[in-house]
Amino acid sequence: MATEQLHHTALTLVDHLPILEVLVPFVAAPLIVVLGSRKLAWPIAFVASAISFVIACLLLLQVLDGSYISYHIGGWAPPLGIEYRVDAANAFVLFLVSGISTVILPYARASLEAEIPRRSTTLLYALYLLCLTGLLGVVITGDAFNVFVFLEISSLSTYVLIAQGSHRDKRALTAAYDYLVMGTIGATFFVIGIGFLYMATGTLNMADMAERIAVQSDSRTIRAAFAFIVVGVGLKVAIYPLHLWLPNAYTFAPSAITAFLAGTATKVAIYVLLRFMFSVFQPGFVAQVPTLEVIILPFALLAMFGASLTAIFQRDLKRMLAYSSIAQIGYMLLGIAFFSQAGLMATMIQLFNHGITKAALFMGVGAFVLRAGGSFYHHLNGLGKSMPWTSAAMVIAGMSLIGIPGTAGFISKWLLVQAALDAGWWPIAILIVASSLLAVIYVWRMIETLYLTESKAELQARQAPMSMLIPLWIMALACIYFGLDSDLTLSASRTAAEGLLAGSTGME
Amino acid sequence: MDSGTLEFVIGHLNYWLFILLMMTGLYIVVAKGNLVKKIVGLNIFQTSVFMLYISIGKVTGGTAPIFPLDMKVDPDVVYSNPLPHVLILTAIVVGIATTSLGLALIIRIREEYHTIEEDQIAEIENAVLKSEQWASERATGEHS
Repeated sequence: MATEQLHHTALTLVDHLPILEVLVPFVAAPLIVVLGSRKLAWPIAFVASAISFVIACLLLLQVLDGSYISYHIGGWAPPLGIEYRVDAANAFVLFLVSGISTVILPYARASLEAEIPRRSTTLLYALYLLCLTGLLGVVITGDAFNVFVFLEISSLSTYVLIAQGSHRDKRALTAAYDYLVMGTIGATFFVIGIGFLYMATGTLNMADMAERIAVQSDSRTIRAAFAFIVVGVGLKVAIYPLHLWLPNAYTFAPSAITAFLAGTATKVAIYVLLRFMFSVFQPGFVAQVPTLEVIILPFALLAMFGASLTAIFQRDLKRMLAYSSIAQIGYMLLGIAFFSQAGLMATMIQLFNHGITKAALFMGVGAFVLRAGGSFYHHLNGLGKSMPWTSAAMVIAGMSLIGIPGTAGFISKWLLVQAALDAGWWPIAILIVASSLLAVIYVWRMIETLYLTESKAELQARQAPMSMLIPLWIMALACIYFGLDSDLTLSASRTAAEGLLAGSTGME
Repeated sequence: MDSGTLEFVIGHLNYWLFILLMMTGLYIVVAKGNLVKKIVGLNIFQTSVFMLYISIGKVTGGTAPIFPLDMKVDPDVVYSNPLPHVLILTAIVVGIATTSLGLALIIRIREEYHTIEEDQIAEIENAVLKSEQWASERATGEHS
């Protein structure tokens, strides 16, 4: 211990980056509440989120070469102490989550002002930061029980954030309630799984756990733990039959909150699923249990087609995008089901690309809600003329959703098809293309409504305010940028996939 | 029942109780239409996990994990594992937060819907959905 403490005093600020990543928004949230000032709430939230983003960038640059950072909280060495462990996989997700949060906050200011009564906004920003803290914490921590705690921090704040939509539509309350019930069941399943893992291994540190599972021959306890964790996290991911909370939650939450959640929450859950499947349980174990072919693959395909078909028949653009999210999650699961480096790489890059694409689309919806009074297709008639900038950004993001070359969505679809062909599953490759055609239909319906219909004469929508347009365009341009220059995303997802497939050795 | 099975059943008593509580809780969440009852079910479900964790921390013949004041620990004394208990303290806090948030949501739902019965809420929501559909059909019908 003595040497540990000596080592600890020599730490500089840079060494503390992993904890600061989580600590900054975590401390800023109560600060907003204590100050209670409506004027200060937004700047504090924005600065905290921006600092997190800068730290995430620094962390990502440090681990891009395949190394990892291990941070011991309070100087207590793992496996007894809690460890924060940053490698390419989670630095990439941290970068996505904090980046989306930082872009959405300037947007949220005008959007929330219109949708939420002023007395609630101060507390709303505090909750937003708490949600961000939870999401970042889930991703960065290397301790299994810590994952549960952070998961609940983000979930509880998410329920309240969704319920704030009740000022526009009372159904937000029941949506939040349903999500609370299902989310709690999911989190409890997850914690049961961790309990079983603790019974089998006697440790909570994920790397230590992985080592001990690798040594043990597979026991019923470990199998039960695997089942509970996959189902529990699956509820948070919204794997197809467990997705029922998602459409209502996304539809009735305030627009800025939907954009934030759609870009981050399910992506973080996918990361947890990946981390547990591959780093804690071994790839060898995953191959042994017929989870991938029997559960993940069929449900991924069901999501791709079932949810896409449902999306086509929606009357509300926001709800349509929610169903499309479920379909896109299907692609990420499909990448996992291939069980190859190419497949995992496709999953990681789809996670990132879909995050920015959906955030852009939901931000556009928020602008329409603000200016046209709703997100139903009949509200959007002819808005291509009166809100040209918002509509153009929506078209770009829509193309990225389909996967048209030159956009971020294309890169992930391309990698996914390639992974399918590598695995020799060409029927799956055809199905991926076929389900993209369904995406063409629902995105085209949006474009048609925006550009090819006459607007109602009595309602002349004004251009969205600059504070919303600029963040929206940052996201839309990111969709193009990461489609043309995919060096960063490709190398990050490749290193991440390598690390994940290496199993417990990837954790050392 | 031979003695081996009996031993298995009694030896795993904590797990049987855990499964019983867990299933009771889950059943209430799924089967009951009253929102408050659902929260109660959720609570029972979460409590079952507390029991699982706490019972696995028990070491046979172990005493409470409290060290003597002078910190001279007798190596012969067996202590129970305190770690699961500490974990569950955190989980209890999470459970309380979930319950209070759920109840707060129910109060707001009652203010808006004037009921906390699931089927009546579904009826009201279906009516809203129908009127939305009608509005959207009328609006698109005018243009086509």
